[in-house]
Amino acid sequence: MSTLIVPPHVPSVAEDCEQLHKAFEGWGTNERLIISILAHRNAGQRKAIRHAYAETYGKDLLKDLDKELSSDFERLVLLWTLDPPERDAVLTDEATKKWTKSNQVLVEIACTRPSKGLILVREAYHSRFKRSLEEDVAYHTTGDFRKLLLPLVSSYRYEGDEVNLRLAKSEAKILHEKIKGKHYSDDDVIRIVATRSKAQVNATLNEYKNEFGNDIIKDLEHDDDNEFLPILKATFECLVYPENYFEKVLREAINKRGTDEGALTRVVATRAEVDLKIIKDLYHKRNSVPLHRAIVKDTHGDYEKMLVALIGEDDA
Amino acid sequence: MIIIFFLNILLRMFSGLGVDEKSLISILGKWHPEHKQSFRKTTRDIFVEDERQFERWDDRHVQKLQQEFLRFKDAVVLWTMHPWERDARLLREAVYKRPNYGILVETACTRSSEELLGARRAYHSLFEHSIEEDIAFHIHGFEKKLLAGLVSAYRYEGPKYSEEEAKSEAKILKNVIKDGAKKLHEEEEIVRILTTRSKLHLKAVFKHYKETSGNYLDEDLGDQLILKQTVQCLCKPETYFTEVLDVSLKGIGHDFAKEALTRVIVTRADVDLKLIKEEYHQLSGVTLSHKIEEIANGNFKDFMLTLIARGDQEN
Repeated sequence: MSTLIVPPHVPSVAEDCEQLHKAFEGWGTNERLIISILAHRNAGQRKAIRHAYAETYGKDLLKDLDKELSSDFERLVLLWTLDPPERDAVLTDEATKKWTKSNQVLVEIACTRPSKGLILVREAYHSRFKRSLEEDVAYHTTGDFRKLLLPLVSSYRYEGDEVNLRLAKSEAKILHEKIKGKHYSDDDVIRIVATRSKAQVNATLNEYKNEFGNDIIKDLEHDDDNEFLPILKATFECLVYPENYFEKVLREAINKRGTDEGALTRVVATRAEVDLKIIKDLYHKRNSVPLHRAIVKDTHGDYEKMLVALIGEDDA
Repeated sequence: MIIIFFLNILLRMFSGLGVDEKSLISILGKWHPEHKQSFRKTTRDIFVEDERQFERWDDRHVQKLQQEFLRFKDAVVLWTMHPWERDARLLREAVYKRPNYGILVETACTRSSEELLGARRAYHSLFEHSIEEDIAFHIHGFEKKLLAGLVSAYRYEGPKYSEEEAKSEAKILKNVIKDGAKKLHEEEEIVRILTTRSKLHLKAVFKHYKETSGNYLDEDLGDQLILKQTVQCLCKPETYFTEVLDVSLKGIGHDFAKEALTRVIVTRADVDLKLIKEEYHQLSGVTLSHKIEEIANGNFKDFMLTLIARGDQEN
């Protein structure tokens, strides 16, 4: 599931720190060395390295990376090195402060992380930004978007497998009715999508397909002018088919003229330790070219090398 | 005379709180059949004449008696329960059994962020749903948004807040209230502010509101009880709990007004009961302990007094 490759014999934390410190020494930076270490350590190891680095050199590793690196490579390394909850806090903060109607990052983070994971993000957000995630989302978003996004980021979904089929049937019917009537931000639609457990939503969507013939995602594609629809669609996708969603984001990021590095970086950094392998396989199936080849074609330099390392395709 | 004494105890049980078990034992244990017969015949409210020529317990009184005997047990169960389970059950009851939104507001707003999160976790274990999904499903109309929001909050609890934003939000609230909107709880900005801002921030908003409008925010929201309760619970919980106790101790209204006594004492014993006691004294002119001595009985009374005295030892 994870694409991260950690060597079987990992150097000690002290050694890693020393090497990283050496990588910053003198003129220029030894990016190769940075990649060879950081791109091959898991979250626990990276955390230990940061801690030891601060103790040994009295400096924050991230600040030093910020100073020494630049551009897309820097952003990828910084995001990658952060602890996952902190990383998500940083991403949600950016998404909120620079919010636009087409921004899907809040939905992505609120819906693809496990329930406990989202709570950890909110905790990290408190620590880092001295406010709550929900107060910032409520403040910076408006209208129908706020109506959906606020409960999404505040949710603490039940995580059991139990499913109530009768409820699934009745809620599938409600969804169908509202979608047909173009009431995409109806109270019931929001309620179902923002509070039901993922298993329950999944069962509901199955009932939807059984009863009405189409995937709900297909039925949400018809209204090109509606700005809210893509967000609603992304919500369902993230809840029930996250790997598909991420494959799509990658595909669009790579196919876009000039490449959407922001999205590419975000998906690789946030999924490398989760399900990037599945996403990679999906990508290959859907695009007839392996992900790493598409990345190599579309990016270059140290940014490219770091990406390739994180998706497990470098020869380290 | 014995019968009258017993009558008084029984009557107290139907208006007071708890049962004086010791007295009952000492009296009842000595009764002969003719005493019991005589008792049944003379208490025409409690025993009714059955068509088959015997004196039958009136069902309502049996229920009340049961309630009063159980009052001590309920207090013990509540006191010993893990606060997460306790709050999860309180929330559940508020949604399902009695739509008493006051308890929902109270539980969601007077606990710390971590305690509320714990309650949500316990809710998952106990009921296999999330609290927000049950609220959104079972509660309709205007309260839904407010209540779902209150229960989903994971408020920042640190010392930082923006004085500027607090001022501007006090202004927003002033304008909304001045416009005299009928359904204040539907006003998005009110819901946003109350369900997402930190308690420190809200206290600042409360302060600025008073400074610029001359009124207290909770009083100005008084038309919508649920908003008033929300503001009180978030900004001055001692005031809220004092009022709840006052109503409960006056025996006003339904049975759950009486249950409030147990709930408040048990849930606030280690939090702010001392402050609540002081405010109660100011409000009613008597001490809380004194009032409870007056209207409660037996083990229940002793337990409540013990919990109240706890606050005095901790300083």
